[in-house]
Amino acid sequence: MAMSDEIRLRFEISGDDFTRAGEASSSVKKELKKLGIDPQAVRKVAIAMYEGEINMVIHANGGAIDVVIHPDCIDMILKDNGPGIENVALAMQEGYSTAPDNVRSLGFGAGMGLPNMKKYTDEMQIETERGVGTTVTMKVHI
Amino acid sequence: MSDFFHAVTLDESQCKGCINCIKRCPTEAIRVRNGKTHIIAQRCIDCGECIRVCPHHAKKPIYDPLSVLDRFSYKIALPAPALYGQFHNLDDIDIILNALRLLGFDEVFEVSKAAELVSDCTRRMMKEGRLKKPVISSACPAVIRMIRVRFPNLIENILPLKAPAELAAQLSKQAAHERTGIPLEEIGAVFISPCAAKVTSMKNPLGCETSSIDAVVSISEVYPKLLSLMKEVADKPEPLSSAGVIGVSWGSSGGEASATLNQDYLAADGIENVIRVLEDLEDEKFTELEFIELNACAGGCVGGVLTVENPYVAKARLKRLRKYLPIACNHIGDSVPEDYGFDLPIEYSPILKLDPNFIVAFQKMSELQRIAKSLPGLDCGSCGAPSCKALAEDVVRGHAKVDDCIFRLREHMHTLVDEISRLEGYIPPPFRK
Repeated sequence: MAMSDEIRLRFEISGDDFTRAGEASSSVKKELKKLGIDPQAVRKVAIAMYEGEINMVIHANGGAIDVVIHPDCIDMILKDNGPGIENVALAMQEGYSTAPDNVRSLGFGAGMGLPNMKKYTDEMQIETERGVGTTVTMKVHI
Repeated sequence: MSDFFHAVTLDESQCKGCINCIKRCPTEAIRVRNGKTHIIAQRCIDCGECIRVCPHHAKKPIYDPLSVLDRFSYKIALPAPALYGQFHNLDDIDIILNALRLLGFDEVFEVSKAAELVSDCTRRMMKEGRLKKPVISSACPAVIRMIRVRFPNLIENILPLKAPAELAAQLSKQAAHERTGIPLEEIGAVFISPCAAKVTSMKNPLGCETSSIDAVVSISEVYPKLLSLMKEVADKPEPLSSAGVIGVSWGSSGGEASATLNQDYLAADGIENVIRVLEDLEDEKFTELEFIELNACAGGCVGGVLTVENPYVAKARLKRLRKYLPIACNHIGDSVPEDYGFDLPIEYSPILKLDPNFIVAFQKMSELQRIAKSLPGLDCGSCGAPSCKALAEDVVRGHAKVDDCIFRLREHMHTLVDEISRLEGYIPPPFRK
């Protein structure tokens, strides 16, 4: 058996469907535990991914997440075709949110999404273009 | 006792080898092999789902027969609060406790008494800020086993106190020994249990080296005997009961949580619901909660596989029975007694790992993904595994073959048939015309 140097998992995130948010992170957790990855790293990936999933549902009408497991790290690439982030620096501030009221009434939109994603990962980059979409790339070392 | 003891056994003559139990097992611990189901012992958490779901009653809980009483010279009955909810038209708990004495017990020590002590300790420890929040109840053994194999990040949230039945055994035996002078090994603490998982907890405890419980008998077995004995004592039962609303409430879901006297709690029951809560807890979705009560059985302990009554009926009866009881009758002193706590820490049991070596596990995972993609995704169970993904995992673990999938086997046969017909039409050069 040839040694593949990565394992790739892909998840389509549907927009406006909070009931399914969390499925992707839950499924990734299962795979990571099968690999015997340190529980703390699994936790970081799961929390960051769930925040990302919720963001895509609230702000971008869904998108896709690629999780790439390498022997030394886990990359998560969250790509959407949403409206883009107008001011990334502002969005990174804790408590800043542009979520609409109906979303807030569900308990989401506390303005902790991106800050938490940064907090729980070792590296994070945001590429965004107004009207085109956003790609968030996160890395957790294992 | 080995780590692999479980409180469920298979009656081979009844097992048809169908897929009902393999599909319902929350840890995918069951496979069909040679026409019979087989439990992968390391994965089983004793939740009892397979016992509940088997239409042929082939899966049976293991417990001690009542004759176990003969082993001891001094016998203590430890009735679970769930027992009280089993009887129609009962309005006095003392009738049950007196009937237990007639059944052959020298003493009755209610598990609800110990439950009130655990509740008091919990409140104290939460107030003193000694616990990681949200605190997860340690009372349901199936939940603790589930956390141990699948949610290692939550182990430190588990309330580090013995479950009420365990504490009841420990306290009652010690007190009986001091009072009567009978050696501890001749005193038997017999738990009257709604729950098969408690049998596993007795033989293979988590949180302590050895259990103080000496035998676990089933509520369903004691029930018919108690019915007739209860008639004998119904007129003038001796007052024996010494637990209040809090202790009795532990018998059904939400009882332990409400006894924390803290509003920020959640109580979930039924193993699938419990898993969903654990998933969300692991992802830190409930930041505002202080206490989490989880019961593997629907309805809580009243829903255990060793009970006789519909769990929701039993729950309603507990509510009626406790109506006129005092809030609580049992309290700890100034501090939490040390021996109420775990003697041993709960440890992560990474049985889901594909391989102890990360590189090998990584290779197996790649292979697993490749095989899973090649399977039809119907999760039909005909291969004996609960899902296509589970079969793929069994294959990389070396426990199954891809051709165990009847669809793959059929494809394989098609290819062979095509090859044969091609060969049949093939004429070597010397014979061609």
